[in-house]
Formats: sequence, C-alpha cells, structure tokens
Amino acid sequence: MSLQTLVALARGDKAADRVVPPTGFTARLTVFAAAVMAFLAVFALALSLAAGRLATSWGDELARASTVRISAPVGQVAAQTEAALRLLQQTPGVASARALSEAEQQALLEPWFGPDLPVSELPVPQLIEVTETSKGYDAAGLRLRLQAEVPGAVLDDHARWRKPLVAAAARLTVLGWVSGLLIAAAMGAMVTLAANAALSANAQVIAVLRLVGATDAYIARAFVRRFTLRTLGGAAVGTVLGIAAVALLPSGDETAGFLTGLSFRGWHWGIPVLVPLLAAAVGFAATAVAARRVLGGLS
Amino acid sequence: MIELDNVAYSYGGGELLSELSLQLAPGSFHFLTGPSGTGKTTLLKLCYGALRPTAGHARLFGTDVRNMDRDAVALSRRRIGVVHQDCQFLDHLSLAENVALPLTVAGEAISGQDQNLRELLGWVGLTSRANARPPELSGGERQRAALARAVISSPEVVLADEPTGNVDWEMSQRLLRLLIELNRMGVTVLIATHDLQLIRAAKSQVPARVLRIVNRRLQSAGVDL
Ligand SMILES: Nc1ncnc2c1ncn2[C@@H]1O[C@H](COP(=O)(O)OP(=O)(O)O)[C@@H](O)[C@H]1O
Ligand SMILES: [Mg+2]
Repeated sequence: MSLQTLVALARGDKAADRVVPPTGFTARLTVFAAAVMAFLAVFALALSLAAGRLATSWGDELARASTVRISAPVGQVAAQTEAALRLLQQTPGVASARALSEAEQQALLEPWFGPDLPVSELPVPQLIEVTETSKGYDAAGLRLRLQAEVPGAVLDDHARWRKPLVAAAARLTVLGWVSGLLIAAAMGAMVTLAANAALSANAQVIAVLRLVGATDAYIARAFVRRFTLRTLGGAAVGTVLGIAAVALLPSGDETAGFLTGLSFRGWHWGIPVLVPLLAAAVGFAATAVAARRVLGGLS
Repeated sequence: MIELDNVAYSYGGGELLSELSLQLAPGSFHFLTGPSGTGKTTLLKLCYGALRPTAGHARLFGTDVRNMDRDAVALSRRRIGVVHQDCQFLDHLSLAENVALPLTVAGEAISGQDQNLRELLGWVGLTSRANARPPELSGGERQRAALARAVISSPEVVLADEPTGNVDWEMSQRLLRLLIELNRMGVTVLIATHDLQLIRAAKSQVPARVLRIVNRRLQSAGVDL
C-alpha cells in the first residue's frame, strides 16, 4: 500500500464513493461486529497488561528476597552466620547478603507472638536476606555448598510457590496477546465475508463501471474505503465502550489481587487507541484482498 | 483503430462467428445489420474487449486484446463510447450522474452545472429528466441516456448496439444526427441495427459502409438497401 493510496483513502472522493450503492444491512452488521471485536480486544489488552504487571512485580520483588535460615545450637549461630555470609558473598548471582538484626527479626515475628518476645533468648533461627542480581544464582549449587559448609543453613528461595505463579502470569500475558491476534483474525475473516457479499451483490454495478472504463483499482477503492471506514467507526465505538467498562471495574491496590488490578495504569490507557487503527488496517487489507479476488473472477 | 483479424467466436457450442475480419479506420462510419441472433452484439463486444476471440486477433488501438490485462482494457474503454444493447445504468444514481459516469471513473471532477453535460442532455431531450433515477425512465429515455453516456467523454470510437430500438422515428433521426455530427468531427462510428430505414436515412447524409453477418462472416450489403 503506497502513501498515495493512503492519502486518497483518507481524503476520499465523493463521486467515487457514490458509484457503489449503499448497502444498509451489510454495513450495519460490519459496524456492529467491528464494535464487538474492539470491545473484546480492549479486555484482552487489559488482561494481558495486568498479567504482565503482576508477572513483573512478583518476579522482581520475590526473586530479590530469598532468605537463608540458620538453625543451630545457640553457641554456633554467630559462627555459622558468618560462614554463610562469607559463602554467599562469594556466590555468583548474589548481589548482597545481610543478616537481619534482632529488631528486624522481632518485627517479623511480632504479628504471631506479640511485641514482648525475647528473640535473643529463644532458639529462633537467624535469618539472612539474600538479594539476587537480575541473573539470579544457581539455587541447587548454593544449597549443596551451604549443606557442606554450614550445616545449620537452609536456603529458602521461595521458588517452590513463586515460580508457578510468575509462570502463570507470564502465560496469561501471552494468552492475552494471542487473544488479541485471534480477534484481529476474526475481524479480518468477518470483513472478508462482508466484502465478498457486497462485491458479489454488486456484480451488475461492477459490469456497468467496467463498461464505462473503470479500472479494477478504482472499483476496489470504492469498496475498500467503505469497509475501512466501517471497521474504523465500529471499532472506535467498541473501544470507547471497552475502555469505559475497564474504567468502571472496581479498583483496588495492585497487591489486593489480580481481579481488582485488571485495569489500565498510567500511559497504558493510551494503548487501546491502537485498537480502532489496527481494526481499520485489518478491514483495509481484508477488503483489498477480497476485491482483488472477486474482480479477478468477474471478467 | 479497431481491427478484427480472422476472428472466431463461440460461446461454448458451435462457432457463432468464424474467419471474420473487420477494420474500423479512423473517421469511418459503419452499420452492422442482420437478423436477430446472428451475432451483432457479440461482434461489438469483441470490438471493445468485453469478449476475447476464441481464434484470430482483435486489436484495440494497435494492441492485441490477448496481450491486454483488465486494466489495459479498461483504459482503452475510455477511448471507446459503448451504447450497450440493454443500456445498463447504476440505479442508485441520477440520470445526469449516470451520463457523467465515464468522466467520474476517469477521475474527472464534474458538477451538475457542467456545460457539456447540459448540452448533451439537451440534445437527447433529457434536460427535464436529469434528476430522475434510471428505473423511472422509459425504454426510449434509457437509450437516449445511454447514447449521451457513450459520447460524453469525447471518445475516438462509438460502438452503438441498437441505439434506436425503442425510440420514435423523430428521436431516432435526432440520435443519428448526433452520431453523424460526431463522425464529421472525426469520431469513428459503428452502429449495429436491424432498422433498415435508419440506415437508408444515414446513407444520404454520410458515406457509411453497411455490413451484414452472413454464414458467420461479414459481407458488404448491396445497393438494395
Ligand atoms: N452469454 C452468452 N452465452 C451463450 N450464448 C449467447 C450469449 N450471448 C449471446 N448468445 C447467443 O449468441 C447468438 C448471437 O447473439 P447476439 O450476439 O446477441 O446476436 P444479435 O445481437 O445479432 O441479436 C444468439 O443465439 C445468442 O443466444
Ligand atoms: Mg443484439
């Protein structure tokens, strides 16, 4: 598609538009279907973006907070903590490792045991907070070395429960995009059907236009422009309704859960604007292909 | 201009036309006559590229139709004004818009005030019907509109298939005069008709050749006309 074609399409040509008779029913169906598809696309987009946000934030926050727990007889805790810290600092993929202070441990336990717990007098394990680099460390290797050198150390890397969640969120993101693609494909199929019907119903009109010297490009343009504008218009309405529906979802803190976070954030509100434009592009391409095929057949 | 060279045509059954040759030289005036069903309309369609010969060569402005794609045929159609036998129109457009259609599809801006368009509508007596839709027109009005549409873009060739079939004698003379006028300005004209009176009337005003399809081939008609 050349720039010239696009300009001609946008500017339009009143006389050229009129050579194809108005087709009320097909037109309304196309607009309606485009609106529905765009509405669904906005939801798929919201779902995808929300899942993406969750995958990122869970991945980031949780991956950066593994702990090593030192459970040893009271006398050995300090020495083993030292040993574990040394080992951790030498481990590739560990950005930093820090033993939690008594006060921090107390704060962690407070919700369960109240403020008066004498942490230092109890055999509470010492916790070491491990922050990973973005690459991460080799958990299995670290575990083996800890086992060998610091018998009381247990690595808790959260992986057991975190990984499936992050993976699920990532999968959901992909599913959202796939849904978007499928919606675009369905829109293309629908426009193709409608354009085929319109072209076939107008075989007589096409014959007259050819009789007076209209080229295929001219005839196709009249149909393409019409269907592009219809999908653009329908998709714009569907997108506005979709955005409104997303905006009206009860909102909550992102941490409150996935369902209340299923909304656009910040500049992401601008992304749905692409939906009608993409719909118009799909409508344009589908009609152009249909026109080429039908006009090639009618000779 | 337009040349049929040893052309044959069949719709699938037996050959309707065979070993048929015709040359429309620039500025010539031809009549094509013969009983219904002998292939006059078919021959005209071969002349404007709507049908392709099953054998032989059809050349439009020097190019073999065989070597022309649909766009090339469409472009050559702009140099040929065609009056189709059943006068097809776009029913959702007004008569004036239909008459101006060749200009519209060629990308020329036209308005209802266009001088040419008004003169032409006046000539064929359709000024008062300019805003009517084709389905509201009588058979004669449709034929006059079809002729106006065929000549509006100043074509080099006019091919008219029974252009006076549905009009009265006076109007048929008027339409004929329009075609003769165009021919005097250099336009090549071919009229298919079974109306011998029309041919006789024309022969007194213009040096026209009269052709007849006999046994699937063209023959010059004798002086008996
Ligand atoms: N599209 C077509 N398919 C099959 N046969 C056709 C078609 N058009 C015309 N014919 C046949 O070809 C013959 C010649 O038709 P036509 O060219 O219209 O003759 P004319 O114009 O002299 O009356 C007729 O017998 C007609 O039935
Ligand atoms: Mg005929």
